[in-house]
Amino acid sequence: MEKALFIIIAVIAVAAALNVLIQRNPLYSALSLIGTMAALSVLYVMLRAQFIAAVQIVVYAGAILVLFIFVIMLLNAPKQQLQIDKQKGLRYLAIPLAGLLLAEAFYVVWRVQDIAMPVVKEGEEAVGTTWSVGVALFTHYLLPFQVAGVLLLMALIGAVVLARREGDK
Amino acid sequence: MVPLSWYLGLSALLFTIGAMGVFIKRNTITIFLCIELMLNGVNLTLVALSGFFGDVSGQLFVFMVIAVAAAEAAVGLAIIISIFRNRESLNVDDADTLKL
Amino acid sequence: MPALLQAATDFQTIARQAGQLIMPEAILTLFACAALILDVMLPRNRKRVVAWVCLAGIGASLVSLGILYFNISSREAARTGFFDMIIIDNYAVVFKLMFLIGAALSILLSIKYLDTEGEQRGEYYALILFSVTGMMFMASGVDLLTLFISLELMAISVYILVGFLKRDQRSNEAAMKYFLLGAFSSGVLLYGISLVYGLTGTTNLAKIAAALPTVASANYNLLGTPADMRYLVLLSMILMAAGMFFKVAAVPFHMWAPDAYEGAPTSITAFMSVAVKAASFAMFGRLFLYGLPDLRGALEGDPANNIAGLPGWALLLGIVAAITMVWGNLAALIQNNTKRLLAYSSISHAGFTLLGLIAGNQTGYTAFIIYLFIYTLMNLGVFGCIIALRRRGIAGDRMEDFNGLVRKAPWLTVMMTIFLLSLGGIPPTAGFVGKLYLFMGLIETGNPWLVRLAILAVLMSAVSLYYYIRFIRAMYIEPESEPQPLSLSRPLQTALAVAVLLVMLIGVYPQPLIRLTQKAATSQGLKTYVYEEKPAATDSTDQPGAVPLPPTPPRR
Repeated sequence: MEKALFIIIAVIAVAAALNVLIQRNPLYSALSLIGTMAALSVLYVMLRAQFIAAVQIVVYAGAILVLFIFVIMLLNAPKQQLQIDKQKGLRYLAIPLAGLLLAEAFYVVWRVQDIAMPVVKEGEEAVGTTWSVGVALFTHYLLPFQVAGVLLLMALIGAVVLARREGDK
Repeated sequence: MVPLSWYLGLSALLFTIGAMGVFIKRNTITIFLCIELMLNGVNLTLVALSGFFGDVSGQLFVFMVIAVAAAEAAVGLAIIISIFRNRESLNVDDADTLKL
Repeated sequence: MPALLQAATDFQTIARQAGQLIMPEAILTLFACAALILDVMLPRNRKRVVAWVCLAGIGASLVSLGILYFNISSREAARTGFFDMIIIDNYAVVFKLMFLIGAALSILLSIKYLDTEGEQRGEYYALILFSVTGMMFMASGVDLLTLFISLELMAISVYILVGFLKRDQRSNEAAMKYFLLGAFSSGVLLYGISLVYGLTGTTNLAKIAAALPTVASANYNLLGTPADMRYLVLLSMILMAAGMFFKVAAVPFHMWAPDAYEGAPTSITAFMSVAVKAASFAMFGRLFLYGLPDLRGALEGDPANNIAGLPGWALLLGIVAAITMVWGNLAALIQNNTKRLLAYSSISHAGFTLLGLIAGNQTGYTAFIIYLFIYTLMNLGVFGCIIALRRRGIAGDRMEDFNGLVRKAPWLTVMMTIFLLSLGGIPPTAGFVGKLYLFMGLIETGNPWLVRLAILAVLMSAVSLYYYIRFIRAMYIEPESEPQPLSLSRPLQTALAVAVLLVMLIGVYPQPLIRLTQKAATSQGLKTYVYEEKPAATDSTDQPGAVPLPPTPPRR
């Protein structure tokens, strides 16, 4: 039953991911990526990572990709614009690279088999809950958390610096 | 019960699709979206491993990756906007000087 | 709720540690925020004050770093903090010193440059401070999470700085390109990190180093299942190395560097080529020397503690270093834009720096750190001279702009000559000391392949002299191409004078710096490798490339 659900979700995720590549209009690509993210969030729930599943929907799909879509609509860019030229050889590099990574994927699937998820015992705090993530965030991972705060502040300033129109002051 | 290897295989697949997109696509925003796809592949690996290890650090990693992705999105899109403004004001519609 | 009580006591420990261990970084962050607030309050023509405030911040940070250094050297032990997220050892302190010096000189160079470009804005200096904060955490982080997030803090601020000249299309597009490739390389690095986490179940570098030999010794039990994980170990190592090669601009992954260096504001090109590169190398060293020491691999004559049957990172780094040195130097020969030329020169210097990691002994690590330190000074000096040539209507980044400089500005010419000779590794400049240590480290190993690598490095160093001498010829022999006088500002002159004095001082009397870097190279946890004496007969037969892979174990 769970395996069937996984297969359905995985097919949706991969199909949406491929659609990101197939679409020529970046707007459709972005919308398609939201599909992948929603599918992944279901997988996160299956993996008992409820907090991350919620963050995935709220922050990733809900904020980051909406920002993408917002910018695409704002620029209203015709397809030809914002394109970049690539050196010829680079495209052909993609195929061996993809081959290597896919070989790795199958290697992993072939090697790492039949592992069950640990069972959560009664009275034990499950790993993926908001409580356990929060406690870890404010104790063991306090320093990276603080650095992430500085990072977001810096990105905020940087985005304003770059996107502000000249002469607004 | 879904085995761990399935999750790892799926995430490797997503990462590969994203990485291929970076090489194949020519539109700047689409390349950026493909990078997000790669990050999602990595996130699935981390969450799956974290669930199977019963160890929370993988999920914290994902949390931080999402924060970084947000910062990158803000900055990257601001760079795209500034390029667009310059081209607009210079009235060169399809002059591509950028080479990758 | 015992966990909450535990958290409360943990918090007290954290508060105590924060006062000491992350004080330099905390000071920088505070000054960056102060600079932002000040920037809003100052009128348009007084923005230069922000630069001086940021310099004061760097000074305060240096003082607290000094206090920290005396603290750890009086205890004679490294200090870890924040639940083993960071370590303050000599390695970290020396690198942090390097970043602070690099940032201070870059700010001095920037003041005049931004005036000329008409983009004198306070955010610029705040962003430099933020990125230095990231670098400092990169040097002391011993957890993959800390390292990753501080790498991004550094990288994203530099993306913004590269695109800081908003009205210049080249700057925009350089930022775009640097951003896309940087984000891509972060993704690759992250995938490597996630695989390492999967193999070892931890993100702490020391624990990873302890767990990896069992994982990789062919019959590891990933959650109780026997499986051969060696190829996965190899793949994760390659992915992590690829991500780091991007950041340091080593050759298969260098294509962003010439464009980003050319398009960026020159002061940021200077900052990128020294501080960002040094920080990436600091993290490279942490990852590979602390986290994956046992994956160094089976070069012949290696001790037995390496994983049998797998080519390790010494081979990978060796090949990359060789290609990087050759490609960077050859491509530099045909450039006419000086910023592009120096980009290729900087690529080749990344190759030289990798030699220190490859040597894997005490001298090698000393050389690794000392070379980066010296490179910081001399490359900043060269870029400072290019900035001096920038004036109204003249970009100053063509080779012709150097024509006849000796008649216009004799002192600047002399300083430029010293920096160039130092980059080429001519005694009695500092560059010679750095290169000498690099080559000595390789030769000390006695491994024939590494000695060959050292010979290649010497040859390439000679090639590099050709394009450094092109500058010198233009400055001394060519006639002046345009009569417009130079505009040298006081801060720029100060920065150049400090850099040239240090380059000469280190060249003549390098002992204090050598002692400092030797201490860093003996830091706790840095594993050195001794090559066993082997009979000459076997030396010639087994080559590093020919290490046979054992047959894959049968399927369960």
